[in-house]
Amino acid sequence: MTVLTIENLRKTFDMHILGDTQVVGLDDVSFTVDDGEFLAIVGESGSGKSSLLKCIYRAYEPSAGRVVYHGAEGDVDLVSCDDREMIQLRESAIGYTSQFLDEIPRVPAVDVVARPLREGGLSTADARERSQELLSRLKLPEELWEAYPATFSGGERQRVNLAQAIAPQPDLLLLDEPTSALDPETRQAAIDLLREYLGDGTTVVGVFHNTDVVEVIADRVAVLDEARLQRIVPVEEYEGVVVA
Amino acid sequence: MTETEPPTTGQTVSTDSVDAVLDSLDGDDGLDGYNYAYLDEHTKREVRRSILKAIAIPGHQVPYASRPMPLARGWGTGGIQASLSILGPDDTFKVIDQGSDESVNAANIRRLASDTADVETTTDTTDADVIQTRHRIPEEVLTDDQILVLQVPITDALRKVDSSDAANRRRHAHKNYGKMWVHLYENVVEFGEINIAARYPTMVGGRYLMDPSPIPRWDVPKLDDADNLFVFAAGREARIYAVPPHTSVEPLAFEDRTFQVERFPDQSCQACGSTDTYLTEIETDDRDRQYVCNDTSFCLKRQDSEELPKDYHLDREGVDWGPGTPDDEKSATPEATVDSHGGDAE
Amino acid sequence: MSLLEAEGLTKVYGEGCAVCLDRTGDRAGTNQCPICGSVVACADVDLSVEAGEVLGIVGESGSGKSSVAELLALDDDEGHADGAVRYANHEGNLLDVDYQTRHELQNGEISLVHQHIRDGLELDFSGGGNVAEKLLSAGWRNYEEIRERVGSLFEATEIPVDRMDDATDTYSGGMQRRVQIARALANDPNVIILDEPTTGLDVSVQARVLDMFRRVQREEDVAAVVVSHDLGVIRLLADRTLVMRHGRVIESGLTDRVMEDPHHAYTQTLINSVI
Ligand SMILES: Nc1ncnc2c1ncn2[C@@H]1O[C@H](COP(=O)(O)OP(=O)(O)OP(=O)(O)O)[C@@H](O)[C@H]1O
Ligand SMILES: Nc1ncnc2c1ncn2[C@@H]1O[C@H](COP(=O)(O)OP(=O)(O)OP(=O)(O)O)[C@@H](O)[C@H]1O
Ligand SMILES: [Mg+2]
Ligand SMILES: [Mg+2]
Ligand SMILES: [Zn+2]
Repeated sequence: MTVLTIENLRKTFDMHILGDTQVVGLDDVSFTVDDGEFLAIVGESGSGKSSLLKCIYRAYEPSAGRVVYHGAEGDVDLVSCDDREMIQLRESAIGYTSQFLDEIPRVPAVDVVARPLREGGLSTADARERSQELLSRLKLPEELWEAYPATFSGGERQRVNLAQAIAPQPDLLLLDEPTSALDPETRQAAIDLLREYLGDGTTVVGVFHNTDVVEVIADRVAVLDEARLQRIVPVEEYEGVVVA
Repeated sequence: MTETEPPTTGQTVSTDSVDAVLDSLDGDDGLDGYNYAYLDEHTKREVRRSILKAIAIPGHQVPYASRPMPLARGWGTGGIQASLSILGPDDTFKVIDQGSDESVNAANIRRLASDTADVETTTDTTDADVIQTRHRIPEEVLTDDQILVLQVPITDALRKVDSSDAANRRRHAHKNYGKMWVHLYENVVEFGEINIAARYPTMVGGRYLMDPSPIPRWDVPKLDDADNLFVFAAGREARIYAVPPHTSVEPLAFEDRTFQVERFPDQSCQACGSTDTYLTEIETDDRDRQYVCNDTSFCLKRQDSEELPKDYHLDREGVDWGPGTPDDEKSATPEATVDSHGGDAE
Repeated sequence: MSLLEAEGLTKVYGEGCAVCLDRTGDRAGTNQCPICGSVVACADVDLSVEAGEVLGIVGESGSGKSSVAELLALDDDEGHADGAVRYANHEGNLLDVDYQTRHELQNGEISLVHQHIRDGLELDFSGGGNVAEKLLSAGWRNYEEIRERVGSLFEATEIPVDRMDDATDTYSGGMQRRVQIARALANDPNVIILDEPTTGLDVSVQARVLDMFRRVQREEDVAAVVVSHDLGVIRLLADRTLVMRHGRVIESGLTDRVMEDPHHAYTQTLINSVI
């Protein structure tokens, strides 16, 4: 079953303050993602990986094409749907973690992670318990759980970020370099957690920089090159060369 | 309240010239040229019109053209204009000042009325047609034949919480009394109960917030559903308002911090022995503190007849006239709080 | 319809003339009519807010944000207003209601937290008294119940409950802002209009106030319109955002879209000047 159908997706940026130059972020990208699949997006820096995730999440407004989400409530074109429908889907079905962690002032790490769970209906106590479990699996030192992420290191923040994104087990999860700042041991813990915690219920589209991660976690790999989809192949057919 | 105090400074006038003027007046000639009841007919008509309007809109302050009177402002010039406008030659007039008929001020006002309006005067509440009063409502129940004219220093209950009359007029127009309620709330926060000694804010007819003038809380329940008409008149502020007979007058209070009248536990009047009247503390010559009835004319009656009910002159039973009348329970709460002369929170 | 909607909201200070609207706005580069000198504080503003949703309005000083906020909160008295504000629980244009209805709506349905901390607060009342006023105006008459409700609003807005009976002018700016918010929440409104919630607060206090508001807003599921010139505030609180300039809405959309993929040249400048 297909969860996501992307057709002729194009994103250009009109840079009014730079003499109206136009930058092409994505050009004519089409592919589909199956239910429960883990699709890795790879490509050089500037090839359009983040733009692709943001266009799916509507943090960028696509310039042309369609992004059809085949959800429980029927098909929705994420390009043309109403803002409120998008907000609704973000709350109920589509998760996203950005490449750079948004700062959340004065909320302890454990509550940052617990928030989407509480909004999903868990009691505060249950949500915090689940959140502690996730942070512990990601090897975040226990003394940081009640501290504010604003003061955390890049790797610590990234773990909070990842835990928050996966906590509610969304139907579709968009991950933008969720492990880039982690050391190999923690990265392995993150990968194990992603596999076990999300299982087959969550379809993942994730941007990764590390070949080794891609190889252990992905079902298929999409390679972007200068804003275009160069190829999309099963992981077995994908042989490396991810530029750092 | 300073507004009722006599002016302390003034022009000194040589006694010779005053005597000369008085001599030249010679008897009743001095009243020649004055209209009946001192005020000209036009003025009286205007005051009566304002009174009628005030009756039509209970509790609402009606402006009128307050005239200079042969009394300093603050000495009841509003009350006397109202009284003189409604008195006729067949009427009997009583004037009380803080419960007493004998104060100089009360006597002056009474004399002005009897000289110019040719009315009988009395000290007996039950004999009077019109009673002008300052700071008290008589202990004896008033009837539908009587009018009580109260002298008013400050017309607007809201002035306590906002000095802007323009803003307060808007509040009255829109029945927006939130600020007054906060004042009561803060009062309870500070004192544990509503601690307002006089000028207790009251809702008239469920519509207008009214300053009942500086009567003690003791007298406030008498305003509610009374048989008589109450006219409130302010000379300096040139406003008249009224509580017509059988109008609901409700002191503002919380469900769980109710309105309380003053209590005088274990005290009785030293002169007549009453325990159901509003008592004032006096200091005797040997510096003893004693309680006596504030309403002197009723005290005198009680001295003759100890058990005289406050409604003895009526042929009805169970008249509700504030504390100490048969219908007492309704207006005063049972748990007596000791607050004989409770300080105003202002 | 949505919970709260505005159509063609316009506010003109001054005489106004036939060309005021044509000669002002984004393209004209000014909000002042060159012919008659009137200020078009805002014009043709359309917006809507759903229950539980937070709408942000961002723009530079003088762009008309407060003017829109005041129209939405039925709090304007000067100038000439046009357009319509519609509210799900009320029939007709809210700009046309009489004083009584306006008072009722402001007391229980649509609350405004003023830009200036001291607006709407009675500084010589206690902090608790300021909050109690809203309850008392709505007819609460039980002292203990009022105390309890004020106490829980203090807790919700993170004001020390033991300061409840101190005069409001002894409160810090952050506490006064919280009292404003507690007041605004007192009668469980359906919409809160928050005008510059961080003005006059230092940075660490700002963060805590915003955070508190976000939590309470979600817990109470109250709709909010948050007005700020501070992109950080909007980003933190708003689901959707309008960008205003010279009295007009020049861009709108999901907040992260507006911030990360701004379309209008002005928005791009605004975002870039922050980053
Ligand atoms: N908000 C934006 N405004 C203007 N140009 C943008 C914007 N976002 C991306 N671009 C441009 O679009 C192209 C693709 O950028 P994108 O961030 O998608 O690359 P990426 O593959 O994620 O790179 P990296 O690996 O460095 O994160 C780049 O040329 C970039 O400069
Ligand atoms: N009472 C008034 N009389 C005349 N002009 C006014 C009045 N109130 C606002 N204006 C003008 O209307 C325009 C919009 O003002 P408004 O207060 O809505 O801006 P704002 O976006 O809230 O600004 P700020 O960020 O400084 O609070 C400004 O040019 C302002 O000078
Ligand atoms: Mg990227
Ligand atoms: Mg403003
Ligand atoms: Zn006595």
